[in-house]
Amino acid sequence: MGIEVNNLNAWYGDLHAIKDINLNIPKNQVTALIGPSGCGKSTFLRCLNRMHEVIEGARVKGEILVDGEDIYGSNVDPVTIRYRIGMVFQKPNPFPTMSIFDNVAAGLKLNGMRNKKKIREIVEQSLEAAGLWDEVSDRLDKNAMGLSGGQQQRLCIARTLAVNPEIVLMDEPTSALDPISTHKIEELVHRLKENYTIVIVTHNMQQAARVSDNTAFFLNGEVIEYNTTKHIFSNPSDQRTEDYITGRFG
Amino acid sequence: MEGIYLNRAPFDQELKVLKERLLEMGGLVEKALNDSITSLKELDQELANRVVEEDQHINDFEYEIEAAAVHLIATQQPVAKDLRKIISFIKIAGDLERMGDFAVNIAKVTRRLEGEKLIKPLVDIPQMAETAAKMVNTGLNAYIDENVELAYTLDDMDDQVDAFYKRILNELFEIMAKNPDTINQAIQLAFVGRYIERIGDHATNIGESVIYLVEGKKPDLNT
Repeated sequence: MGIEVNNLNAWYGDLHAIKDINLNIPKNQVTALIGPSGCGKSTFLRCLNRMHEVIEGARVKGEILVDGEDIYGSNVDPVTIRYRIGMVFQKPNPFPTMSIFDNVAAGLKLNGMRNKKKIREIVEQSLEAAGLWDEVSDRLDKNAMGLSGGQQQRLCIARTLAVNPEIVLMDEPTSALDPISTHKIEELVHRLKENYTIVIVTHNMQQAARVSDNTAFFLNGEVIEYNTTKHIFSNPSDQRTEDYITGRFG
Repeated sequence: MEGIYLNRAPFDQELKVLKERLLEMGGLVEKALNDSITSLKELDQELANRVVEEDQHINDFEYEIEAAAVHLIATQQPVAKDLRKIISFIKIAGDLERMGDFAVNIAKVTRRLEGEKLIKPLVDIPQMAETAAKMVNTGLNAYIDENVELAYTLDDMDDQVDAFYKRILNELFEIMAKNPDTINQAIQLAFVGRYIERIGDHATNIGESVIYLVEGKKPDLNT
């Protein structure tokens, strides 16, 4: 089971940013969220791991079922949710004072893991999964800020994977990266969906077309069209989707 | 939070130019078809030679349209209807080019019959060709207006062309059976029927491209 979103609404104070969204996000697939700036796609993404509510004055109403369980249920701990549903941000944000190794291990240690051998194992696996291991295996103790932007972003993905999430949310993960690094992240996304459910916000239409299985087009806080990526990019049903993806509306 | 409508003027302009070029090409093909049939009817060698020579223009058009379409795909990353438009350009240009070749084939039959007398006055072949020419024209009009309904009429017209072809063949068989001296020319004329029939099929392809362009699905008009 993936993510089932029912009647989701979100506000920033009086601003109704997300309106009555119903969406089924399939497991082990990549779902892309596209739409012009301010359309609510990032807000929606942050609702998926209870990050929206940390903003002052922000509110959420509705239901998000992950494996059938409402993540907004009264007895659910938002911190646990954020482990299960990891997030990668637009700008790579490694912990600046930590080494490469410690960046990946941080979540594990916060979780109370003490077994050094086990930690080392998971760090290596995570870096491997993020496609970074070969580039950093000989300098794990070096500061993470010495890595290139693309490497930093993959480090952040490794850090997210280390705590063994089921779902990975990505908010424009390549918008600050050069084409080669972008390509590596896209390749990674393709590989990761075997084990994770991925939701990605992107402004790069070609990226959505390349990496995702499903695409949701957001406009003014609503989902205008949600379908397979193939359908959206070859023959969308709604004229507004067509106008947006062909670059005539933004 | 309302979005704004953007102008993709250079891209839209290039699409427009491409469409105009395709219609010019279509005009040449219609003319080639008409001229080839006239050349046959009147055994006009000069006209037949002209059809053969002018086919180079049609080929050049196809190449030009294809190159422009490839350029647009490479530089504009078209999707959805923009992409279908460009794919249709390439496909329709290909169909038109083939039609041009069939017109050349007909003109070459005229050449082969140089110095002969027609075994009978041609009636059905010109009518069949007229129907095929009308199909080409209908296909191009459907394309200009993105008129799906009009595109679907090509199915019936193609049936008419096929019926003509059958009738022509039967008639030619009869003539051949009665007088074996006519066999060589009768076979040539049967080829002409076959060429026209193929032109009709390519015209239905144009109709299919129009429907694909508008609706994103591909029907079979050649049933």
